[in-house]
Amino acid sequence: MPGFVRTVVVSRLASGGRAMIFAGRALREIFRPPFEFQETARQVYELGWRSLPLIAAAGYAVGIVMSMHTRASLERFGAEALVPAVLALALVRETGPLVVGLLVSGRVGAGVGAELGAMKVTEQIDALEAVAVDSFKFLVVTRVVACMIAMPILTAVMNITGIIGGWTAESAVSGMPFETYFRTAFSLVQFTDYVPGTLKTMVFGFIIAVTASYLGVHTSGGTQGVGYAATRSVVTASILMIAANVVLVRLIFFIFPETAE
Amino acid sequence: MTEPPAAIRLDRVSKAFGSFRVLDDVSLRIPRGRATVVLGRSGTGKSVTLRHIVGLLQPDAGRVFVDDVEITALSPSALAEVRQRIGFLFQNAALFDSITVAENVAFPMRRHTTLSDGEVRARALEKLAAVGLARAAESMPGSLSGGMRKRAGLARAMALDPAILLVDEPSAGLDPVTSEEIDDLLVALKHQRGTTLVVVTHNIPSARRIADTMVFLHEGRVLASGTAADLERCEHELVRKFMQSEAGG
Ligand SMILES: Nc1ncnc2c1ncn2[C@@H]1O[C@H](COP(=O)(O)OP(=O)(O)OP(=O)(O)O)[C@@H](O)[C@H]1O
Ligand SMILES: [Mg+2]
Repeated sequence: MPGFVRTVVVSRLASGGRAMIFAGRALREIFRPPFEFQETARQVYELGWRSLPLIAAAGYAVGIVMSMHTRASLERFGAEALVPAVLALALVRETGPLVVGLLVSGRVGAGVGAELGAMKVTEQIDALEAVAVDSFKFLVVTRVVACMIAMPILTAVMNITGIIGGWTAESAVSGMPFETYFRTAFSLVQFTDYVPGTLKTMVFGFIIAVTASYLGVHTSGGTQGVGYAATRSVVTASILMIAANVVLVRLIFFIFPETAE
Repeated sequence: MTEPPAAIRLDRVSKAFGSFRVLDDVSLRIPRGRATVVLGRSGTGKSVTLRHIVGLLQPDAGRVFVDDVEITALSPSALAEVRQRIGFLFQNAALFDSITVAENVAFPMRRHTTLSDGEVRARALEKLAAVGLARAAESMPGSLSGGMRKRAGLARAMALDPAILLVDEPSAGLDPVTSEEIDDLLVALKHQRGTTLVVVTHNIPSARRIADTMVFLHEGRVLASGTAADLERCEHELVRKFMQSEAGG
């Protein structure tokens, strides 16, 4: 291996290792008192509540588009009646969690990466430490927990607005009443479809918040470094999340074999 | 006069960033209840020295003691307890920029005292008044001038009435009158509360007003220490030249 390649590989592995240690610490500290309830609540508001308009709007639009595609496909088999159920199943099992994950990676990844990055380069993180506050608990753990709380809720919102979007598209074509639509939509969705997808989003939330926090608190190089931290947070969080998704889907099929049927 | 016990001791501390040695085997003794001024040219490691005292930096070699506790060997939670007894004014003030000035000062009290919200507010305003910033209490840090930020940072450093106050260039960015008022405030803290002061400054008139002892850092070492008079008679020309300067910044 040429020397410079080795240097790059080694330094990548080393920073990957540091990130893993960081993630492990975050996981441990979630369960270790004292808990920062107030700051966590504030972060749920910042990261979760304030993502709602984005998620709701995206869910509605995704629902409309998915409904049109689903209808076009099912029409070939004369199975239009199944449109609501197929759409709901796809949303709940995969599309909802994944789209929410990507949207939150963008919004929260960039926000947290830039905010913590700016705090780092302006020495505000040192200032927290100097006033005897555990900056890891106060800044990182609160955001991780908030993200893990917000993700399943945002996903539920995405699913609901997606189904409403689906109904909008459907009623324009067939004039199906909302009640009928809603009932058929959930006729096929079972508990085992809903739970793993929801738990999965908590893992996404953990990955997104930990990635952005890690890159944020390790920012160096002034303003440019802050921009860099924000960009890298979005890119890295998205990639890690998509990769984790593959593993998680596999795992879910393993743990809940009935979902693979 | 007998020398009071040490509030802070650096025992053969060395610190390098990369290959650049900032502190090279520095030993330092800061007496309790006295004011020690740290002098030295820009970039000699004065701020780095202060950061070691609160454990924001770890020495590569050597030990740091605060009240005879070796802070370089403490667990994070034990270190946090020591930090509650130390106020720290950062060179760049490092205010929390998403909360108001008053909330910045209130922050340490909210974290570490059981005072009611009203008492915390009242004390925060009292600290701000002491640095002449009562009117800026509800401003956001971003809208303050450099000198105002510095004073807000000082108010936050004083929030828990710390036994030890570390101040990095209090008079930077201040007009001579305000600067003198801040010096008076620091001296008053020392006299009234017995606060141990460690003040980094480039402002020699201010250093003379504050200091019981002075420490002169140069190229990673303590080049001279003693009273102002001692430093004026120092064998090193650089130190004498420093002491002759009138204004500063
Ligand atoms: N975190 C750091 N990483 C790398 N180098 C650093 C770091 N902190 C300080 N240094 C270097 O250490 C040296 C001493 O810095 P320090 O801030 O202590 O200087 P100073 O004496 O406070 O100077 P000034 O009077 O200008 O504030 C400088 O050369 C600086 O570049
Ligand atoms: Mg400095």
